[in-house]
Amino acid sequence: MDAGSIVKVAGPLVIAEGMQNARIYDVVRVSEQRLMGEIIEMRRDEASIQVYEETGGLGIGEPVYLSGHPLSVELGPGLIESIYDGVQRPLDIIKETAGDLITRGIDIPGLSRDRKWSFNPSVRVGDSVAEGDVLGTVEESVLVEHKIMVPPGVKGVVKSIERLECTVEKTVAVIETENGKDVEITMIAKWPVRKPRPYKEKLTPDEPLSTGQRVIDALFPISKGGTACIPGPFGSGKTVVQHQLAKYADAQIIVYVGCGERGNEMTDVLMEFPELIDPHSGEPLMKRTILIANTSNMPVAAREASVYTGITIAEYYRDMGFSVALMADSTSRWAEAMREMSGRLEEMPGDEGYPAYMGTRIAEFYERAGKVICLGNDDRIGTLSAVGAVSPPGGDLADPVVQSTLRVVKVFWGLEDKLAYRRHFPAISWLNSYSLYIPNLKEYFVKNYGQEWIDNLNRAMVILQEEAELEEIVRLVGLDALSPDNRLIMETAKSIREDFLHQNAFDEVDTYSSFEKMVKLMELIMHFHNQAEDALKNEVPMLDITVLQVREKIARAKYIHEDKKEEFENIKLEITKGFQELKEKLVDV
Amino acid sequence: MIKEYNTIREVAGPLMLVEQVEGAKYEELVEIELPDGELRNGRVLEVNRDKALIQLFEGVTGVNIFNTKVRFKGKGMELDVSQDILGRVFDGQGRPIDKGPKIIPEKRLDINSSPINPYARDYPSEFIQTGFSTIDGLNTLVRGQKLPIFSGNGLPHSQMAAQIARQAKVLGTEEEFAVVFAAMGITFEEAQYFIQDFQKTGAIERTVLFVNLASDPPIERLTTPRLALTAAEYLAFEIGMHVLVILTDMTNYCEALREVSAARQEVPGRRGYPGYLYTDLSSIYERAGRIKGKKGSITQIPILTMPEDDKTHPIPDLTGYITEGQIVLSRTMHMRGIYPPVDVLQSLSRLKDKGIGEGKTREDHADVFNQLFAAYARGLEARELEVILGEAALSDMDRIFYRFAESYERRYIAQKETEDRDIAFTLDLGWELMATLPAAELKRIRPEFIEKYLSKYKEKVEAT
Ligand SMILES: Nc1ncnc2c1ncn2[C@@H]1O[C@H](COP(=O)(O)OP(=O)(O)OP(=O)(O)O)[C@@H](O)[C@H]1O
Ligand SMILES: [Mg+2]
Repeated sequence: MDAGSIVKVAGPLVIAEGMQNARIYDVVRVSEQRLMGEIIEMRRDEASIQVYEETGGLGIGEPVYLSGHPLSVELGPGLIESIYDGVQRPLDIIKETAGDLITRGIDIPGLSRDRKWSFNPSVRVGDSVAEGDVLGTVEESVLVEHKIMVPPGVKGVVKSIERLECTVEKTVAVIETENGKDVEITMIAKWPVRKPRPYKEKLTPDEPLSTGQRVIDALFPISKGGTACIPGPFGSGKTVVQHQLAKYADAQIIVYVGCGERGNEMTDVLMEFPELIDPHSGEPLMKRTILIANTSNMPVAAREASVYTGITIAEYYRDMGFSVALMADSTSRWAEAMREMSGRLEEMPGDEGYPAYMGTRIAEFYERAGKVICLGNDDRIGTLSAVGAVSPPGGDLADPVVQSTLRVVKVFWGLEDKLAYRRHFPAISWLNSYSLYIPNLKEYFVKNYGQEWIDNLNRAMVILQEEAELEEIVRLVGLDALSPDNRLIMETAKSIREDFLHQNAFDEVDTYSSFEKMVKLMELIMHFHNQAEDALKNEVPMLDITVLQVREKIARAKYIHEDKKEEFENIKLEITKGFQELKEKLVDV
Repeated sequence: MIKEYNTIREVAGPLMLVEQVEGAKYEELVEIELPDGELRNGRVLEVNRDKALIQLFEGVTGVNIFNTKVRFKGKGMELDVSQDILGRVFDGQGRPIDKGPKIIPEKRLDINSSPINPYARDYPSEFIQTGFSTIDGLNTLVRGQKLPIFSGNGLPHSQMAAQIARQAKVLGTEEEFAVVFAAMGITFEEAQYFIQDFQKTGAIERTVLFVNLASDPPIERLTTPRLALTAAEYLAFEIGMHVLVILTDMTNYCEALREVSAARQEVPGRRGYPGYLYTDLSSIYERAGRIKGKKGSITQIPILTMPEDDKTHPIPDLTGYITEGQIVLSRTMHMRGIYPPVDVLQSLSRLKDKGIGEGKTREDHADVFNQLFAAYARGLEARELEVILGEAALSDMDRIFYRFAESYERRYIAQKETEDRDIAFTLDLGWELMATLPAAELKRIRPEFIEKYLSKYKEKVEAT
């Protein structure tokens, strides 16, 4: 085997000489321990290698073996329900073989070589097929019908294909290409992680990705195939939002990348997801989920790779025509891993020490999201939505990672520590956040929930903005100085914040809100507001309005169970009745 | 075979460059011998062809380039462990300094242990009663959590940490926590305070101390917490004990890291701290936790003093990004004579939800917690209003919450250094304080709990 030898070790960076046959971005094995690494720079016969495992104990002169292939993931049945590290090593199998700690030099393939799958052909011998065409399917989980596709670049006639119960390595079909060569198709496909998977055409994302989180779905929606970021200081709720999305987003496949964050958070997902039921399918959430966990104490170079591993797997399912959502928590740790490698390479540092190419890498990453027409003759449509948490130092949005991200993503959910201190969760600022998808989604919303929904939302946003202005006044001269109309604005704004936007992720019922429920809830609040406006015009005192009993019911309406939505109607009637009585009382006097 | 060299090329700061070295290994331990026979230890930071860059724990003072010998030991730093480490005191390199006998090792452990496989972790969920109302009631600590104290110079974080070490228990078990204590760059008096406290209560028998004082070599602070955590891992995951690890002061640790980074002329990150501070800190904090199928656990309470009380300083900031919440101490509260001076709004235990409720603490815990928090926050708003606009600007309701906040601070947050409150007491105290609020304001509590708990306190309040 071709080998070079180590001349320098500095943290996760190893430099080896005698590497004239190596190619940049190829995988290498370092020392007799065969630690996995990737070539990130070549100078003459010297290769700079980022090593995906701890480098302690490596010394000068130890060998570095070339593998001849770039860093790739294995794609095929068996991905669903897996938990991998940043370079797709299955953590459950690592535990079985190496114990509770992740020791070095463990080499386990991403897909099981023993597990058998039943392959169901969907084409026949003699059929012409081209890249992306579906050759057959495999039931990967109760929720996922996995498609075995003709690999990109292959075109020909099916020479043989069989219904088989077999492992991923066995040939399930043979395609004879135009130049007479046979291509054997197995259920395992390899793809280099740093290269986006091809598709036919990108489309404009025009359907919402419902997340079950009211502040997101109502005010700052993301579309299927869209991109979003959640920047915020520590403890402001980034991870909780990402977990909520992973649980309740109406995507068919979830890829969750824990990039340089806490071990316990991944354990939390691992323990909870098999128990939790997906509200859309009625099956355990784990049946549609793939986890990538490269926690903060795991090697920093593998953390850099983890987001690529995640997005490549996500693209693969997109190519089957699924709606896929990827969460990355946190992209700042990924950028920091880049910075660390760049520093060790002694590259010229840019802003805050980040390498000059950091912005490009971030943009390339989010560009891999989208709504596409997949390769293949059926023109199926797949979507890949990407949501990244960003953890800026001190919560400062001037941070280069935040800024580079905001340049590419279309949705900004800005978390504020002030809201988190008041335990207003999700602490997404209603004043600073935005979604650029709203114009594209409007048609969908009007069609499904009516123009009234859009009007209510717009009105609610205006009220929230007015509240911010009025608060200034109150701070200077006190609440008493406000006119009754303004008092009402303050009250309604409070109701929107506390009864609608506030959503407790740990409450059994409140944790998920369907679109229908959300629409009804907003309708209640705005109905109360309209009635109150009207009552004020009729000289009903504001005090009488604020003490109306029905307000208590509005406040508790978010705890109404999804299958008892008729209760909303009753509350609405009660509101009307309450105001009726107030007006009558006035006439009596 | 141990190789010996006398080819030192450069010494500067805590670093030394040795040339013509063969086969040196990254992170390998080295021993240097000064002309007068004095021995010092160091660690390889980088190997580059025939050069090895070495970081000396005890500094380079007195090192002569020409007649100092360097020996490469072929292994990384290790700690000798056995059950006999309990009750003992070690220095920042793991050498006994209490005049006790040498430890006969049952095992030698690498002080940089491998990361715990997230798949092997068990989620922390067992309530630890610390006896502090602000922690147990509002920021509940659970076994296997890492919950730092963000403090400032001159604030009573040491008293708090010692009190937690003294009082911590898991309800329904008689097991006591073993304590592993790592001192990094703290003063002799501070260290003595802990040691005497452990001695007084007899806790010293189940305590292991690693002490690097302000007068000790700063670079040793980089190994001190790792030694402590190695000892803790041995006690927790091999012996099966529940271990409480106190690391103080992490700010001094970070400064030592900055010193080495500056000496290596690395590109500095924010405020001169290296760009890898986050990763480095996580290699310490992430060593807390529980492992499936293992009896013991490691709970960490790192203490750090925030430079200029600034929470956005890189040390507290990056710590907060790794730990599972934080207890923030407030100088204002301290000046008003409140002990423990916990800033309730800024403090948070992220794992509390899984550690409270029926069967763990009490069914009403979550509701009481939410209500107390909301009421106190509202009281503080009223206080702010009063400061700006004067008392006259307060509505009747504001006044009620204003008074609530006062008594909440005096009675719920404040307690004596000897006071060990059990959780029922803390919860009841919460009810008693809430009874001074109009019942209609208790919106965060389920009606059935109001009925069950509130009435007896209402009577009590009305009687007085
Ligand atoms: N929607 C929510 N409902 C209830 N509590 C929440 C919600 N969002 C956040 N929290 C509370 O805030 C805490 C911190 O949230 P989270 O862990 O998501 O913060 P983070 O922004 O990811 O922080 P870090 O950057 O340190 O990882 C949670 O442990 C929880 O107590
Ligand atoms: Mg987080």
